[in-house]
Amino acid sequence: MATRTQSLEAPADLQHKPTSLWRDALGRLVKNRLAVVGGIIVVILVFLAVFGPFLTPWNYAAQDLKSVAANHNAPVPPLKFGHLFGTDNLGHDLFSRLLDGTRISMTVALVVQVVVLFIGIPIGAAAGWFGGRIDNLLMRFTDVVYAFPDLLFVILLSVSLKDTWFGNAMDGLLLVFVAIGVVAWVTMARIVRGQILSLKETEYVEAARAIGVSDFKIVTRHMLPNAIGPVIVAVTLGIPAAILTEAVLGFLGIGANPPRASWGTLINTGSQWMSSTPHLLVFPALAIAIALLSFTFLGDGLRDALDPKLRGKQ
Amino acid sequence: MTLTDDDRQTAGAAVTELPDSVDIVTEEGRRLAQQLVDAREHHARKLLEVRNLSTQFFTKEGVVHAVDDVSFELDYGETLGLVGESGCGKSVTALSLTRLVPSPPGKIVAGEIIFDGIDLMRLSKEEMRLLRGKKIGFIFQDPMTSLNPTLTIGYQIAESARIHMGLSRRAADDRAVELLGKVGIPRARERMGDYPHQFSGGMRQRVMIAIALACDPMLLLADEPTTALDVTIQAQILDLIRSLSEEFGTAVILITHDLGIAAGMCNRVNVMYAGRIVETANVDDVFERPRMPYTWGLMDSLPRLDEERGARLRTIEGMPPDLVSPPDACRFAPRCTYVRDVCREHEPALTARDTADHLARCWGTESGGWIK
Repeated sequence: MATRTQSLEAPADLQHKPTSLWRDALGRLVKNRLAVVGGIIVVILVFLAVFGPFLTPWNYAAQDLKSVAANHNAPVPPLKFGHLFGTDNLGHDLFSRLLDGTRISMTVALVVQVVVLFIGIPIGAAAGWFGGRIDNLLMRFTDVVYAFPDLLFVILLSVSLKDTWFGNAMDGLLLVFVAIGVVAWVTMARIVRGQILSLKETEYVEAARAIGVSDFKIVTRHMLPNAIGPVIVAVTLGIPAAILTEAVLGFLGIGANPPRASWGTLINTGSQWMSSTPHLLVFPALAIAIALLSFTFLGDGLRDALDPKLRGKQ
Repeated sequence: MTLTDDDRQTAGAAVTELPDSVDIVTEEGRRLAQQLVDAREHHARKLLEVRNLSTQFFTKEGVVHAVDDVSFELDYGETLGLVGESGCGKSVTALSLTRLVPSPPGKIVAGEIIFDGIDLMRLSKEEMRLLRGKKIGFIFQDPMTSLNPTLTIGYQIAESARIHMGLSRRAADDRAVELLGKVGIPRARERMGDYPHQFSGGMRQRVMIAIALACDPMLLLADEPTTALDVTIQAQILDLIRSLSEEFGTAVILITHDLGIAAGMCNRVNVMYAGRIVETANVDDVFERPRMPYTWGLMDSLPRLDEERGARLRTIEGMPPDLVSPPDACRFAPRCTYVRDVCREHEPALTARDTADHLARCWGTESGGWIK
């Protein structure tokens, strides 16, 4: 009898609607605590980037020279004269500048990844789909870009275009964004190419050809949606790399025109006052560390969640 | 539609009578004459004529002669079975007909494929693409992998109608619902937005059939359509293919390794071995008077209900030959129990047996051969 009741219960389990790939992945993502924490911090950072100016009485460019004078012409320490994180020696409110830096970093994250998607996906897809000589040509070009020292390229580009319209757009930031994107797309191109190559062998792509779908539609409607998982992961993990590159450029004095300051610029300023007023270095460094870690945790979580080998498991 | 000899004669006769009774100078007369000529051509020709088709794969190990000098014909509305073991060139034949052989490494190196009067080998890539799905439908073996997991069922069925029939999104969706109903999916409209993983294997194969028939094609290529399915579902799917092909008047090429399926479904059967057709005949002739030891072997290896319990299932000893450098010999000779020296020295031609349309490739069953 016992076995009979069991066999009767089994079908009830089968009546669960099978979950879709995305719901399945989301289920695994929320079970990953680090990824959830990372995701929450990312949301907070985006919020700060958008609404930053409304959260502080000070403008990032404003100079509170009175407080600096009252502090014997030294940087104001945190929580003094109404400055949450203090000021630098010129009276700039550090908290306001950090918020503006958040805005710069998040814009880097967005714009660079858009550039990466717009260059990387078409090149990778074309290489994978056409194969042969076109593949060879595109991938060797990708190799060249990959082998070229990124930072050097970005610095050269920034310096040589500095005085043009393009170099001054968005306080000089657009140039930096595009320059980073132009060297960062190679990973995306390789990932997309690999995906397209393996998807080309699938039966459903052959089935699409068998009903006369055009090549372009096969790639865009039938293949790319199946490659979206690795692309999302690459984007999420590409963001911290872009933020870091922009910070390094800021530290070297390339990028945002004064008075705007990216996190890298703030660290540069802070490093000059390291021994006397370490808060000028500590807060921007913390901001960068938190941003990088949370994006990386989120990316790692997404990679695990979207791993096709884990599909259906918890 | 199958034509009798009488039909062909009437079609021919109508044209010969024309010049006396109709004035060809008038517009109406010319139109009528053209109609009759068209009708005669249409009646005289086959839906599909494959001549000397050879498809090869250029691999590192050498050139694989996957399909080697294959010729056959198919009438409008007829069902043809392509039967043989794995790797004998059945699927490559079907892929060649739609020019879908993966290239590189595959290539159709020779042959003509005349489909409804059109030489497919002369079409441009784009013309060929517009023909696929519209005139020729394709059902693949494994319904679990031949539907795209990221697109809805509705989209995948409607896609073909949108490409080939120029339907709007809504009209194509209506067509898809109609087709889903025809292939026996309940609550079709509700299921349009579902994804393939929400369907069982049998249901997915029904969806594949709906996709293949979306534009009412003249020819349906079914490549082992039931191999991946449960036995209980197999019969349903085969019934569905048969009833829909009759309803739509679609000719079918059914690829299978199961002679039982071929016997139940087909008008004619081509038995393939090592890239060649080794026997071709009406379904009754193949099963009642097979004239090639390989066909006997295939039939013997079917499990039978009237057999003694515990009896071993018979198999054909050995493996199909390597297709890289086929020798000038009967390709079945190494596995044939009736083999003689001549089989190993010269390859037999495909020649007529009892009737003109029963052909076999075997020295032993030729007139004067040693197999009775």
